[in-house]
Amino acid sequence: MATVYINDKAVDIGDKRLNLVQVAELAGVTIPHYCYHPALSVVASCRMCLVELGEKTPDGSVQMQPRVVPACQTPAKDGAVVQTATSKSKTAQGQTLEALLLNHPLDCPVCDKAGECKLQDYSYQFGFAESRMVDEKNTPPNKPDLGPNINLFTDRCIMCSRCVRFTREISGTSELHIVNRGTHSEIDVFPGDPLNNKLATNVVDLCPVGALASKDFLYSHRVWNLKTVDSVCPGCSTGCSIHIDANKDVVYRLRPRENPLAQGYFMCDDGRLGYHYANSKNRLSAPKIRSGQEWKETGWKEIVSGIDNDLRAVAAVNPKGVLGVLSPFLTVEEGFLLAQYLKSLSKDARLALGPIPVTGEDDNYPKTRNGQPAKVQFTIRQEKCPNRKGIEAILQHFEGKIVHLRDSLQGEKAEAVFLTGGYPPSTQSWLEPNLAKGISKTPLIINQDLFENAVAGQSKYLLPAAAFAEKEGTFVNHAGLAQGIKRICSGPRKGRTDGQVYLDLLGRKGLLHAFSLHKEIASAVPCFAPLLTMGPQGVNLEKGS
Amino acid sequence: MAKFEPVLLKRIAVDHSDSIGTYMADGGYRGLTRALKEYSPGQLVDLVKNSGLRGRGGAGFPTGLKWTFLPKDHPGPIYFCVNADESEPCTFNNRVLMEKDPHQVLEGIILSCYAVQASKVFIYVRYEYGPAYRAMEMAVRQAYEKGFLGKNIKGSPYSLDAVMHRGAAAYICGEETGLIESLEGKRAWPRIKPPFPAVEGAFRKPTIVNNIETVACVKQIVDLGVDWFKSMGVPPNPAIPRDAGSYGPKLYCISGHVQNPCLVELPMGITMRELIDVHGQGVWKGRKAKGGIPGGISMGVMTEKEFDIPLDFNGPGTVGCLGLGTAAVTVFDDQTSIVDVLYNICRFFAHESCGQCTPCREGTSWMFKMVGRIRNGHGRKEDLNILEEVGNQIGIMPGTTICGLADGAGWPVKNAIRKFRQEFETYIQGGESRKPLVGLQMAQASH
Repeated sequence: MATVYINDKAVDIGDKRLNLVQVAELAGVTIPHYCYHPALSVVASCRMCLVELGEKTPDGSVQMQPRVVPACQTPAKDGAVVQTATSKSKTAQGQTLEALLLNHPLDCPVCDKAGECKLQDYSYQFGFAESRMVDEKNTPPNKPDLGPNINLFTDRCIMCSRCVRFTREISGTSELHIVNRGTHSEIDVFPGDPLNNKLATNVVDLCPVGALASKDFLYSHRVWNLKTVDSVCPGCSTGCSIHIDANKDVVYRLRPRENPLAQGYFMCDDGRLGYHYANSKNRLSAPKIRSGQEWKETGWKEIVSGIDNDLRAVAAVNPKGVLGVLSPFLTVEEGFLLAQYLKSLSKDARLALGPIPVTGEDDNYPKTRNGQPAKVQFTIRQEKCPNRKGIEAILQHFEGKIVHLRDSLQGEKAEAVFLTGGYPPSTQSWLEPNLAKGISKTPLIINQDLFENAVAGQSKYLLPAAAFAEKEGTFVNHAGLAQGIKRICSGPRKGRTDGQVYLDLLGRKGLLHAFSLHKEIASAVPCFAPLLTMGPQGVNLEKGS
Repeated sequence: MAKFEPVLLKRIAVDHSDSIGTYMADGGYRGLTRALKEYSPGQLVDLVKNSGLRGRGGAGFPTGLKWTFLPKDHPGPIYFCVNADESEPCTFNNRVLMEKDPHQVLEGIILSCYAVQASKVFIYVRYEYGPAYRAMEMAVRQAYEKGFLGKNIKGSPYSLDAVMHRGAAAYICGEETGLIESLEGKRAWPRIKPPFPAVEGAFRKPTIVNNIETVACVKQIVDLGVDWFKSMGVPPNPAIPRDAGSYGPKLYCISGHVQNPCLVELPMGITMRELIDVHGQGVWKGRKAKGGIPGGISMGVMTEKEFDIPLDFNGPGTVGCLGLGTAAVTVFDDQTSIVDVLYNICRFFAHESCGQCTPCREGTSWMFKMVGRIRNGHGRKEDLNILEEVGNQIGIMPGTTICGLADGAGWPVKNAIRKFRQEFETYIQGGESRKPLVGLQMAQASH
């Protein structure tokens, strides 16, 4: 047991190995820092976290060291006394900030980072009101082509070297380095070796100031107008925890959310930049029903009763002819409701797992330039869907086994197919030609997807699906970690979320609130019982009880 | 006191003093052969510890004590780095030793390595020292040929390999962890300590880093004994706790505005005035001295009135300088503008700051810009206060930076302004001709 005193407040840190920044956080005290990041090595070079350190002697008196110490580099020891707000530490912090701003252009009005910039925040909290510098500032040239997705505003850089350490320690690709010396130091890449690894855009999040900017987000929106929800990236089965930043039903960016249970601190560029389909104008926007060759837009009431009637008619004659295809992009709740509905038509209605999009192989980081394997810190998975495990558990419960669509089509002839999609355009070929051919033979196709898919022309009902930012529910990642996704956009105006459609089909009243279904799901499907205790970091369905 | 006979510099005037033949004819390497037989490594460490030898590189850390910081019973390898990156301005004692008597240095290196049981020594010579590098390289080759390096040196069980390394010209490579980083092929950014190099240094192995002059002293201590070494210098000052004293001979570099710039070997504790008047033969052109620098520019500046302090490890500290440093005395005459002196000093540190820690990276260049502006005739009175404060903040408040460069950059500024404030003020008030402003400077000055 070790006790550390932060500004005279005792914090019990047990036997954890923490540094003073982390301990102060436990005590609710912010020690400002730039170069320190929990996922990266400690360099203690920004000198922003300077604090006074002392020791409580057995007789109770406190002996302070005459020097200031960098909190990020100082391990917390039993009896350590840390003063973050004395005049000495405040002066040291303020002077560091003044130094950082000497050559900073102070162009906050045109800077993307303004509003979430640590240089702004700390200057306000810890800095001096005025700079005493009257001399000319350094104006190094900007580097707009640092990488395909990344722009460097060289003059804003405070040389914390987080980005350099990221490319060395996490991505292992070592593109970034520091050129020149002293006040002329700059971040740069070698000619012909741009910052283009698949984790590259994480350096934008790591950058505490506005030096590194994502070209995707650059000049697109002011951060204080963005609304943020916690969600899960639907890009692959890693299921990175993310923040979705959106405003007025437009998604502007995805950011990784720290989650030790899921991916850690980072996310890949495929996922980060793969949200654009949600804002696409080509999405299915309203439910349509086909009569002959004509499509007719119609109201949901009509659609729901139409589907219900048509399916009941098929189920009455040939129960096994009803085939529900559950996409791995559905949430657990949606899968549960749809399965429940189809099984309520007939116990013999069949359920199948939609195609699992797979691209390449699992991509592990850090890469090593000498080919030696390194301890894997991040994986981009080949399985490009977020919820295969969750849907499989649903299928296991309702069907007793997991049947793939491919096998279902080879079995008994389907008379009616309820096809759910939700696949982003990057996996546009998800409905392979032979599957499409198999489905299109079916007389009744209910087709719910984001975009017009290969069997859209043969469908009777064409329903717009909701994208990940427009619905709530639960995704279960490759390791069985269930995490909640939340709604931030309302989706197409005439659309309705997938879950709501299933709820309507079931004849249950009201609006869907996915998380209040957890009790029902947990009692029906025992493996989902841990969902009841799911926190913001999710809960693992496979480990423990 | 009898006239002092130089020991370290004894052979520099000998013809072909850099060849192993003349060196061995003068009794060289006998001490090594004897020490390998007679002394255990521990005894050699004790010998150096008892001699009170303090590192000659600038900080004056007791050498024997440093050696004892190595982990006990380490399975090895242990590395030894010789810091010949002599980049402190006005300093040239290592250069003379390496160029003129490389074997004396090498013998000292081998003895030191034996004492700490290092299996490999890296001799890190600064880029600019071409002749010194070639002389050392030649010496290493000859020592291998004669069996003073390599496997089982002179029949003893001890083996040592020497590697010559040439730096790429950066002041910061003289900082011991910066040197180690540079040696490893990285950017010479000093490491955060602890761990100290003696625990985890080059290639993550225990490493001792010593200066060229220090290892040369080790050789002389082995040859001439502890008593000889302790017979000269200044004993510890009882008023200063934990003072280790300043024993032994020291190489003093004398440069600047003197009649006879030179390198002399003298017992520790000689005064600056004696160095200038006797060995430097006085200030040049019949002028008077205005001030000087006691040991490389990072130690700060002294006025002429302070020239009577002894140049030992404590002396310069009594007049507000950082320390003895490299004992490189530089004199400027009474016609020198202190503004120019400080400008030059600030330019050096702004150029050489490695850029790792914020206060030093930004502070050194800010000070350079300010002094430059004052020099151009656009100084403001408040600039002096700001300069003094920045000088204080970038290193003198302990702990604000990782290494001592910022400390060294701050001292001369602080010293110069405190000791010559009147001259700066006169200069700012327009006593000097103004140079025209350009661009942004003009816009800012008009505010």
